[in-house]
Amino acid sequence: MLFTSYSFILFLAVLFVLYYLVPRKIQWLLLLAANFVFYAFSGWDNLAFMLITILSIWLIGRHIGRLHQARDQYLAEHKADLNREQRKAYREAVKSRQLRWLLLALFINLGILAVLKYTNFVIANINTIRGWFAAGELSFVSLALPMGISFYIFQSVGYMIDVYRGKYPPEDNILRLALFVSFFPQLVQGPISRFDDLSQTLFQEHSFDGRTVTYGLQRILWGFFKKLVIADRILVGVNTIIRDPEHYTGIYVLVGMLFYAIQLYADFTGGIDITIGIAQTLGIKVKENFDRPYFSKSIAEFWRRWHITMGTWFRDYVFYPLSISRPMLKLAKKSRTRFGDAVGKRVTVYLSTLIVWFTTGLWHGASWNFIVWGLLNGVVIILSQELNPFYNWFHNRFSVRSSFFFRFFQITRTLLLMSSLRILDCYRDVGISFRQFFSIFTTWNIRELVGGQLLNIGLSVADYLVLAFGVALMILVSLRQRRGSLRDALQERPAPLRYALTIAAVIVVLVVGAYGIGYDSTQFIYNQF
Amino acid sequence: MKRKKPLIIILLVILTIAFLALLQALLMPKFQTQLLEGGLIADYYQEQNKDHDVIFIGDCEVYEDFSPITLWEQYGITSYIRGSAQQLIWHSYYILEDTLRYETPDVVVFNILSMKYDEPQNEAYNRMALDAMPLSGTKLRAIKASMTEGEEWLSYIFPLLRYHSRWHELSAEDFEFLFRRNPVSHNGYLMRVDVKPVTSIPTPRPLPDYQFSDICYEYLDKITDLCRTNDVRLILIKAPSIYPYWYDQWDQQMVDYAARNDLLYINTLQHLEEIGIDYDTDTYDAGLHMNLSGAEKMSVYFGRILAEEYGLADRRGDDLLAARWNEKAAAYYRQQADQYLELETYGYLRAFRYQSD
Repeated sequence: MLFTSYSFILFLAVLFVLYYLVPRKIQWLLLLAANFVFYAFSGWDNLAFMLITILSIWLIGRHIGRLHQARDQYLAEHKADLNREQRKAYREAVKSRQLRWLLLALFINLGILAVLKYTNFVIANINTIRGWFAAGELSFVSLALPMGISFYIFQSVGYMIDVYRGKYPPEDNILRLALFVSFFPQLVQGPISRFDDLSQTLFQEHSFDGRTVTYGLQRILWGFFKKLVIADRILVGVNTIIRDPEHYTGIYVLVGMLFYAIQLYADFTGGIDITIGIAQTLGIKVKENFDRPYFSKSIAEFWRRWHITMGTWFRDYVFYPLSISRPMLKLAKKSRTRFGDAVGKRVTVYLSTLIVWFTTGLWHGASWNFIVWGLLNGVVIILSQELNPFYNWFHNRFSVRSSFFFRFFQITRTLLLMSSLRILDCYRDVGISFRQFFSIFTTWNIRELVGGQLLNIGLSVADYLVLAFGVALMILVSLRQRRGSLRDALQERPAPLRYALTIAAVIVVLVVGAYGIGYDSTQFIYNQF
Repeated sequence: MKRKKPLIIILLVILTIAFLALLQALLMPKFQTQLLEGGLIADYYQEQNKDHDVIFIGDCEVYEDFSPITLWEQYGITSYIRGSAQQLIWHSYYILEDTLRYETPDVVVFNILSMKYDEPQNEAYNRMALDAMPLSGTKLRAIKASMTEGEEWLSYIFPLLRYHSRWHELSAEDFEFLFRRNPVSHNGYLMRVDVKPVTSIPTPRPLPDYQFSDICYEYLDKITDLCRTNDVRLILIKAPSIYPYWYDQWDQQMVDYAARNDLLYINTLQHLEEIGIDYDTDTYDAGLHMNLSGAEKMSVYFGRILAEEYGLADRRGDDLLAARWNEKAAAYYRQQADQYLELETYGYLRAFRYQSD
């Protein structure tokens, strides 16, 4: 069920009415049922995988929790009998048992993800190697990737690690845990919520609150505007350019890069707006996933402001554990001895960074273009770290840091850099991506743009006008958000004006939106991950 | 103030609905100056006196091949053609079902060319057949039966969802005919006076299977039953079009079906001489459709069957009816004269220019 389909809107309307009609005590149960109905639309067999995840993290989480309790109880009871070493040894022993259970949970869940998502990628690579030796090819297996599996498994893995770390006790009620894993607005493209965040409002009883619901609806509307008016409109131009790399080289690649930057932003943030808006209409608070990322002045900052929940997930559950893992600590020690403190301490940080970006790339897709994309992100971040002394020298020499033009330069540079890396996402082939990228510098065909060729990529003058209006609006809204919530400001205006503005927005989406026959309205881009 | 609040809310909601309705009306295609066949279905609902002896249902082989004015003038038979472009058999069935909500004719004439199509063909033709039909259970069933892949039933209920993308194509026609529309047909007959003679007869391609599909028979049965239930006599016809080729095997199936169900089936291709069809003068597109001359000949021929074999009364003695039909005939001759003038001036008919290119 697409977020932008009529059936989804109907589903949402029915759920919304029922949600505020049923006794508040069972609201969360209704929501759970809605999650399964929503998910069942993507295929009954997909539900089976989700149930395995729910069951495994519930059982293992509870077991780890019991081990925590037993440990604390034992230590409390034998406080006087045990010395510090004995207590530490006991803790270590319990932790080791918990770790085995955690690894089992990770094995089950990441195993499902790995098999479903990466089997054919592995087979393709084996076939390439076999090809070098003229050996026969292995057949690919037919495995459909269940909707949102990367998101709910990452959420579940986060939950398991938090329980293992004792951050919070495990959830005893399997239905509540199921609600957390399967919360339908998040299944399409995230965000990747944490149990301790989401559970604060997910299981609560919610009375109808006009202002909260209005805010939620406004957010949904803004999401639909971004998705239907901008993303699905510019998609036509992007597809025309990237599907014919032989013809569209040089300046077209640059245009395609920038158009894709707009499309991805409008699509992904639009989808998240819809997700957060839906949750808000139900009284549930979902973490923000974006913080005006295209105003970032460096790649590292960009990744702190784009897909925030994924970034923090990798930071908390991959980067930190990896950085303080025994092999890394050993490597750090060796590096310091061999290269000195200055270089040695950076070796493990950079290695962890590259591993994190390798896995980030792999999470985005089972293909080399995503892996190379991830690694290049890591390389750029490391390079900018290494260039820090130069930046410091530059800023000491020239006081431009606070100048508008320099900040504008930094923002533009970051946007161009990010868009360049995303070429790998566009063309989905490492060789073609690099060839196309370099064609920007080797094929001088900028005159074709002046000759009106941009009207031959599936976008009309009317489309460009709508896109210009849409992009300008997104920029204005982003700029306005720096001064606080736009919806709060709107709320202070007279009701008829608010109503008129809302209806005007609905009409703009209804009329100008790129949906229905004649448009290739698509699933959200991040849904595929 | 508190008392006024609900009133203000109701007023705002009404205003919103009214504005959306206006927007929808503006964005829907008008079919007034081009693509006239898109306006055929709407014409019927605009017709004040829905009381006809004969109702024709089918595709272009009815709305371009029969002239109700000729039937009236020659035999005093009142008729209406409920045809639309590439009207498939399920369209025909539901259009007939809908028509019977308004009137019960003596005879229904169904053109059986659509027996060759067993699945929805094109969204545009669905729209031409269904958009103008008022909302009813019949319409909902018709939508369900007709949708092609990717279509959404909701967009038939709220056509704004389908036609929203016309916002940048709006023309003077959309504003001119926002609150009114002119009939594009003469009781469902779409007039064309231009001539394009037949220059070659197509050689039929052998088909792997000549059997009409079950779904088509199912709808043909439904049409037959519907007529029986409403005490309406059904006649099956095949128009004298050279394209698409009408195979003997298809014809035989219709002969058998008619025999089984005690229906009259007329394949006019077998009566060309009797009708007087001359493919040098009676078609505007080299044999696909009849022009005015062909349609009038067809009507004279078919009117005789209706009058003599089906005993349809000559109603020209009814003064009120005659006055109404005389008015229709006047409009018919006016358009005829206009079209001849257009042909003389431009060499083509402006409303059909897109088809002549």
